[in-house]
Amino acid sequence: MKIIVVGDGKVGSTLVSQLAQEGHDVTVIDNNPNVLRRSTDTLDVMGVEGNGASYEVQMEAGVNDADLLIAATNADELNILACMLAKKLGAKHTIARVRNPEYTKQLQLMREELGLSMSINPEYSAAVEIGRIIRFPSAITMDSFAKGRVELVEIKIGKGSPLIGKPLYTLGRTYNVKVLICAVQRGSEVIIPSGHFVLEEGDKINITADPKEIEQFFAALGILKQRIRTAIIAGGGRITYYLATILLQMGVKVKIIERDAARCEQLCELVPKATIICGDATDEELLLEEGIDGTDAFAALIDNDEENIIISMYATSMGANKVITKVNRLSFTGIMERAGIDSVISPKFITADLIVRYVRAMQNSLGNNAETLHKIVDNKVEAVEFIVREQAPYLGKSLKELKLKPDLLLASIIRKGRPIVPRGDDTIELGDSVVVVTSTYALKDLSDILA
Amino acid sequence: MNIRMICHTLGNILRVEAALMMLPTLVGIIYGDDVTAFYATIGILLVVGSAMSFRAPKNKNIYAKEGLLTVALCWVLMSAFGALPFFLSGAIPSYMDAFFETVSGFTTTGSTILVDIEALPMGMLFWRSFTHWIGGMGVLVFVLAIIPMAEGRNMHLMRAEVPGPTVGKLVPKMKSTAKILYGLYLGLTIIEVGFLMAGGMPFIEALLAAFSTAGTGGFCIKNASIAYYNSAYIDAVITVFMILFGINFNLYYLILIKRFKQAFKSEELRWYLGIILTATVLITLNIMHQYSGFMEAGRYASFQVGSIITTTGFITADYGQWPMFSQCILLLLMVFGACAGSTGGGIKTARLIILVKSMARGIKQMTHPRTVSVVTLDGKTVDDETMRGVNYFFTTYIALFALGVLLVSLDGMAFGDTFGSVLTCINNVGPGMGSVGAVGNFAHLSVLSKGVLTFMMLVGRLEIFPMLMLVLPSMWRKQ
Repeated sequence: MKIIVVGDGKVGSTLVSQLAQEGHDVTVIDNNPNVLRRSTDTLDVMGVEGNGASYEVQMEAGVNDADLLIAATNADELNILACMLAKKLGAKHTIARVRNPEYTKQLQLMREELGLSMSINPEYSAAVEIGRIIRFPSAITMDSFAKGRVELVEIKIGKGSPLIGKPLYTLGRTYNVKVLICAVQRGSEVIIPSGHFVLEEGDKINITADPKEIEQFFAALGILKQRIRTAIIAGGGRITYYLATILLQMGVKVKIIERDAARCEQLCELVPKATIICGDATDEELLLEEGIDGTDAFAALIDNDEENIIISMYATSMGANKVITKVNRLSFTGIMERAGIDSVISPKFITADLIVRYVRAMQNSLGNNAETLHKIVDNKVEAVEFIVREQAPYLGKSLKELKLKPDLLLASIIRKGRPIVPRGDDTIELGDSVVVVTSTYALKDLSDILA
Repeated sequence: MNIRMICHTLGNILRVEAALMMLPTLVGIIYGDDVTAFYATIGILLVVGSAMSFRAPKNKNIYAKEGLLTVALCWVLMSAFGALPFFLSGAIPSYMDAFFETVSGFTTTGSTILVDIEALPMGMLFWRSFTHWIGGMGVLVFVLAIIPMAEGRNMHLMRAEVPGPTVGKLVPKMKSTAKILYGLYLGLTIIEVGFLMAGGMPFIEALLAAFSTAGTGGFCIKNASIAYYNSAYIDAVITVFMILFGINFNLYYLILIKRFKQAFKSEELRWYLGIILTATVLITLNIMHQYSGFMEAGRYASFQVGSIITTTGFITADYGQWPMFSQCILLLLMVFGACAGSTGGGIKTARLIILVKSMARGIKQMTHPRTVSVVTLDGKTVDDETMRGVNYFFTTYIALFALGVLLVSLDGMAFGDTFGSVLTCINNVGPGMGSVGAVGNFAHLSVLSKGVLTFMMLVGRLEIFPMLMLVLPSMWRKQ
């Protein structure tokens, strides 16, 4: 695909390198020739120097036949402008990095009126990611569909798990939860299980369900030994604001430590339910005083990478259960792992990841209507989300009546924003989002699921 | 330094050369020549190339230094092996001469040590002209177009091989860019073959003449060069195509994607055509008395101007007999050269513009010390790094030229001959002045001079720095 990236900064350069590695034709626009040279020297991409929101520069970059323009400069307004212009000049899709919450509120308008395909907020995305890690500390990986309404979680069945030896169709009744096990990895084999499939110890299972259902299911299994009830966040930046809001919604008690008094007051207004502490989060005394040794989760979100790493190491050594470290520059991650810091979050990588995922889905949807696509279980299984946009003969028929292909599973149907775990009597209706998990087929359209 | 990666790339290039050599072998077989020398060379290339590229190195990162070295070594090795058919078949008995001839071919210089060209078998003549065509657009560009190289750092290779003060891609992917360039190159060559055949040239001669024109080389399969055909039509076709191949290929791409305005607004193109026009008019007026009329003088003047400024080096008239004024204009044109990003040599019109403009800026700053001004090209400011690059280039160019003249002067030729031989080689033109001029050749030079001139040709084609890196001891020392 032909992709234009505006802005070769933190997010931009990460994106450019990932997209180039995936074999796309990438053109990058930036007004700093030195930054551009770094990208064009090390990657197989083309650089155009200039203002990314100007007509001439965009035309020089070939916007008229571009499949996608991604605006990732550090100015929201410039990004929105660049996307609007690109859309008018013929770019098929546009993605803007929009950070200011005031603009985020009018996102719907921007999508419909300005033709923005996607907008992305690095801090918010990072906060969501941290929130998910805190929600399921025991999960191996997580992906989400339908804008977070359905989660796909991978867990390993450990020794003595109550799931061992049980056929899958009994799970719903036993635990009274609506979850679906959509893929099982046993050894090197990947299975899309039917209802009579029996789980064994050592299986890695992928579960799809509503986030709350997954939580209940985990609780019933006893996997969620320590549900996280308290969290300390070091640093009071934008990620902290979003994260605190998310955690408070989950019922977690949040304590924020921030150096700047004025910012503390702002935070008091923004997240009134959180405890705000004005002080230096790198002060050992203060951390002890605020109970770093007893907290369930600790997130180091200061602006300084080195300080984040040091206080995370300290928190781990003091016995905090789940420690999350924000690092802007992802160098030397190997060393961090060895030092016991395992949950490292980098906003620019999360942002780049989300966009790359979108691009993959776009690529898959050239001539089809896949919405999102995740590759799970070492890329052996595809989980694809479709939106039913037009009338089709299979709509309205119960799943029992439809003959589906083998090795394929309907993992979830999202109707009017609410996920349904599909049973034999359920139907697919116009406007639904449908998540399909499959190990063999490159699905192009929802009708491909029929045998 | 990643010597393994350099080795691997070079091995691949040698295998590509083996493949390219199949063509002259085929021609040789068709014409009933003895092609054992080609078989032997192909065999040697395959063995050496495969041995060098046998195992892909794990670390594929190359940086600017490796890029420069790869390009320099690539050209030296290509020429060293490319000379084998001439030497092994006995067509050129001395290896030094064969090497000189091959370097002259690949660098699209067109200087020859052959006294009787027509005596060579057709397969050899084909290889000789074919080297022009390969060298014109660049060997590595060709390799980049066909061999998959996953790493993104190939820009270092392209930058070292494609002439001009700044090198950009046409499209985001290197491979696609290389393909487009070779596509345009091939297309224009085929069109020229068609035009030449329409003028009554036999197919093989038209093809070889087109190879030489396309690479702006200048090897001709006739002793008398293009003058042999003595046809105004053929002169005109070749003049036009020489000038076309001297234009930046990016402009053809712009025309291809219908951005005509941008293509024709190019400042470099205007200067280039302006210089050609001015030089042609001046020489025509200057030599009119030697010919039967304005038209005839114009025909020879325009051909020679086109041939020299694009650094092709075809001959239709012995310009050694022309007045000094005309000869001096031609000497200047040798230095100016063609556009950046074309197949021509010289210092390139783009650099000339930048030099002239920065000269004007210097004078302005003398008279108005506090004035602030920038040098622009196509309405865009030329950044400092490019300006410095052009200055370094020009200074080094002059220094190497002076050194070359000093070394060649040991042969004891006349001043004009010494001066002209180095000038013609460093600018990849072909014919020089006097005994190495339009009707002469380089056969009588000493081995030392031939060596120096060979080096100068490579220096000119690769724009100095890659070759300079190759001989600087500090490049080879560890840290």
